[in-house]
Amino acid sequence: MSNMNVGKMNDLTRFLIFAVAILTMPIWMDPFGGNYPDLLQKFAIYGIFAIGFNILFGLTGYLSFGHAAFLGVGSYAAIWSFKLFTMNVIPALFFSVLFAGVLAFIIGQLSLRRTGIYFSILTLAFAQMFYSLAYSVLTPITNGETGLQLAHSDPRMIDSLFFEAGAGLPSTTLFGLKMSGYSGFYFCAVLLIVGFFVSMRIFRSPFGLMLKGIKSNQNRMMYTGLNTKPYMLTAFVISGMYAGLAGSLLAITDPIAGAERMQWTASGEVVLMTILGGVGTLAGPVIGAGLIKYFENIFSAFNDTVLAEIFSFLPEAMVDYAVTIAGLFVGSGWHLTLGLLFVVVVIFLPGGIVEGAGKLVKLVSKREKSTGGSVTQQDQPGE
Amino acid sequence: MNDLVLHLDNIQKNFGGLKALSDVNLQVEEGTTHAIIGPNGAGKSTLLNVCIGRLKPDAGHVTFDGQELTGRKPHEIAQMGVARVFQTPEIFPEMSLLENVMLPAFSKRDGAFNMNAHKLLSRQSEIRAEAEHILEDVGLQEQITQEAGSLSRGDKRRLELGMCLILRPRLLLLDEPTAGMSRHDTNRTIDLLKKIKSRGMTKVIIEHDMHVVFSLADKVSVLARGQIIAGGTPEEVREDPKVKEAYLGGAH
Repeated sequence: MSNMNVGKMNDLTRFLIFAVAILTMPIWMDPFGGNYPDLLQKFAIYGIFAIGFNILFGLTGYLSFGHAAFLGVGSYAAIWSFKLFTMNVIPALFFSVLFAGVLAFIIGQLSLRRTGIYFSILTLAFAQMFYSLAYSVLTPITNGETGLQLAHSDPRMIDSLFFEAGAGLPSTTLFGLKMSGYSGFYFCAVLLIVGFFVSMRIFRSPFGLMLKGIKSNQNRMMYTGLNTKPYMLTAFVISGMYAGLAGSLLAITDPIAGAERMQWTASGEVVLMTILGGVGTLAGPVIGAGLIKYFENIFSAFNDTVLAEIFSFLPEAMVDYAVTIAGLFVGSGWHLTLGLLFVVVVIFLPGGIVEGAGKLVKLVSKREKSTGGSVTQQDQPGE
Repeated sequence: MNDLVLHLDNIQKNFGGLKALSDVNLQVEEGTTHAIIGPNGAGKSTLLNVCIGRLKPDAGHVTFDGQELTGRKPHEIAQMGVARVFQTPEIFPEMSLLENVMLPAFSKRDGAFNMNAHKLLSRQSEIRAEAEHILEDVGLQEQITQEAGSLSRGDKRRLELGMCLILRPRLLLLDEPTAGMSRHDTNRTIDLLKKIKSRGMTKVIIEHDMHVVFSLADKVSVLARGQIIAGGTPEEVREDPKVKEAYLGGAH
């Protein structure tokens, strides 16, 4: 019994640490040059996307290459909610999650007929199909290449009952609180924390145990009397709904939705985030998401002047060389750094950054223990 | 005669041109331990695969407790009360022993699918107690938090047996439960299976080891080249000349 209490305590502590870390991001991201609302919002939003993806990939081992479809549908649904009904974000969130969930149910139903690589290919095919649809055939709904945007002439049926339309485009609000800047970030952050909590509960539930069972041994599951299909489908729909929520928040913080959000590269990105941070760990996907978004936004902004400043401690003749070499890895070359980081993680830390950190902690504590152990050994007579 | 728990009626199974099972009839009575013996390649494992729905017979019927099993999905058959221990243990290697046994306990309590994501595993004290009890029965109570993949082969078999026992099946199918075990481990497993026998569970057991067969079985059927060539009590079968021929003229 005491064991169980310790387990529960650990989870509570884990959750609190996570919540505090997320909410204080504007403070501790400052020295890293990451303290601006646009980027902080992206950290939180892609964190949600990756947490949801991890419920499917981390627990069941089914690798979906089409989760961007749900992200995109979430964004479109949110913008349409702004256009048709109200600039309030609550209905937008509701519609996004609903539509993403329905789409996930349909795609899941079809893709889960296969396992392994065939499942991945099916999800990829479906997502690319939706990308093409959004790009061309469904132009009346998605506004094709240009992307779906707000317009002054939108009906906004609910809003128009209460206020006169202003001169400019209205902004998204939470009952009057504008969802841009830091308030937008805190809104996303709270949803990320809720998303983390829900994911933690799923990991710790009998349902989560079943999903782990599917990853571990499907045969044993079947011959134990468990029907794996509905478990898989539920996990798929839940992770699709997380993606829809993330897509909604992208539209809430910046009310435009383009088809490129559904492209396969976006699906691939969330796979990278999850693997980089640690598949099947609770916080790993958020760390992976943060890292990739940081690289994309901060690292890519480094230019030769910044590099020259960093290397100014070197003799003058060497600065140029150093800048040229390092220049390959920053600026538009940030993908190169990310790629190298990914290779290093996959080869040396197959459990991702979180497992790497765990190994480090174990190593340190072992070293401490072994030094402690040698003291007691000295106390005992030799053999 | 007792009630029939399992009844195989003219089962046929071909793999290409090979007749793996031809016209197999088998009747297993309630509460008995029925051993199926035979040389390698006789079709013993195929027979079990047909019973649990892994393979569909080309002809014939399998009935369990008077209900048709042929054509049902494996998880449905398992929910009806048929459990199987495999020749290579089918366990969850990445999970702890406790989780390995708790998972089937949920299947027994909540059925083939249950959306219990709102409950916490750590609050399921009844299931946990039941799982600990079963682990004690199979002699693995010392290491419940250990990862199952790190167990020895014999311990993996015992764990798998525990995973089946917690389902409280009416019919337990065992595919060579002592293969590769030391004499000591084999005797422990025999004792364990005898203990289950006193609980009134029906068992079908495939075994090479005659020591195991004669210590456990009430009835023996001999399978050779896909056909049942003899059947009866262990003593009757031992004296049957056809059995001697099958073993001596077969794989040996």
